[in-house]
Amino acid sequence: MATVNQTEQAHQISVSILRQGAYLIASIHAALDDEELGRFQRDLIRQITKSRSRGVIIDVGALDVLDSFGSCTLRNLALMARLQGAVTVIVGIQPDVAFAMVHLGIHLEDVHTALGLEEGLARLDELTGAGGARSARGSA
Amino acid sequence: MEHSEDRSQHSPSSEDPETSIEHDQLLPELVAHLRDSRTELRQEWANRITEASLLSSMTPQEVFSEATTVYDNYVGVLETGSVEALQKYAQDLSERIIPRGVETHEVLGIVLFLRDVLARSLFEKYHKDFSLLNRILDAYEPAANRIANTVAVSFVQERERVIRQQQDAIRELSTPVLQVRERLLILPIIGVLDTQRAQQLTQQLLSAIRRHRAKVVVVDITGVADVDVAAATHLVQTVDASRLMGAGIIITGLSSEIAQTLVHIGVDLSKMNTVGDLQGGIEEAERLLGFAVRRVADGDRQPD
Repeated sequence: MATVNQTEQAHQISVSILRQGAYLIASIHAALDDEELGRFQRDLIRQITKSRSRGVIIDVGALDVLDSFGSCTLRNLALMARLQGAVTVIVGIQPDVAFAMVHLGIHLEDVHTALGLEEGLARLDELTGAGGARSARGSA
Repeated sequence: MEHSEDRSQHSPSSEDPETSIEHDQLLPELVAHLRDSRTELRQEWANRITEASLLSSMTPQEVFSEATTVYDNYVGVLETGSVEALQKYAQDLSERIIPRGVETHEVLGIVLFLRDVLARSLFEKYHKDFSLLNRILDAYEPAANRIANTVAVSFVQERERVIRQQQDAIRELSTPVLQVRERLLILPIIGVLDTQRAQQLTQQLLSAIRRHRAKVVVVDITGVADVDVAAATHLVQTVDASRLMGAGIIITGLSSEIAQTLVHIGVDLSKMNTVGDLQGGIEEAERLLGFAVRRVADGDRQPD
């Protein structure tokens, strides 16, 4: 039992899922192994259903590498989220990571991307048609 | 004298314990001969250079003064067997003459001329004693070949250094990423889009996107003469990588020829946003970013 607790703790440290209005913001703080990625995927989908979110931001800014399995998980996440009625935007892909991904043939074609958290939120507003104060500040 | 000569192709400084004393004295004798007839031989050499119209970019005085130094260096190498001084001189000479358009074949040609002129004079002097002539040439030829080799290699190395330097300079200059408005960058590409350059360009663009927090980038390829499969693939990769970072790319300046080529070779450009020229690209980018550019003189001037 202690082992499960420990891994769960480690998982909680490396990933955080925060709620911001109708959106969920999931940040990955450290590299995840395949198992942790799977758990992250389940947790996030569950959260989307529970909080009836309309948009999800996944921040991968802390990652130095995004391999094919990680990219595939992110893509599947976005597709699942769409089935739950939420749009996903991946933010914070580093220049080196983007370069490496393209060379590996990973394009994440059907996933929205943005530079950082702020741009991601603006993009979600655009995609979900949520007007208001936030989108006004986007391109001033 | 530490110099000896066996009949192999080895350099003159390789020691051979069985060499006779007579052998040891061949090179000094040779050097003494070349020193004595310095004036005529040098003149003869300069004449050969002029006849062959080599070094046409230099004045006769310059040719003569360089010839003098080369001659003395040449004899010096024969005497000491050490090419270091000559190497240094050849490098220095190359540095001076390369910017004036002196070609490799000219440099090699004049060194070989000197070798021939000196060999002729040895023939003339020793032709009565055939075996002595043979031994003299045995001593002379490897040393002379080594000198020709040294000069040619120094020249080519210097040229390559200059070429590398210029390539670096071109590379540095040729990929400016410029910000024209908030969140809008332009990247004019000029010249050839090869693999190495395309990678460097993509990396520079990606870090510029992060640095300027850009949302749209206009890539202008008016200055790219030809686009082949590799270059088109690089463009697609650049677009994909930028999109992963959340920036859209607008490609402008595709000439009609390039458009035909791209369709012909079957590159999938459906994901690319292309606009005819740079002006149109910037207008499209402004539209995407929500900028509206108006002429102030049109009447409805506003106090903003």
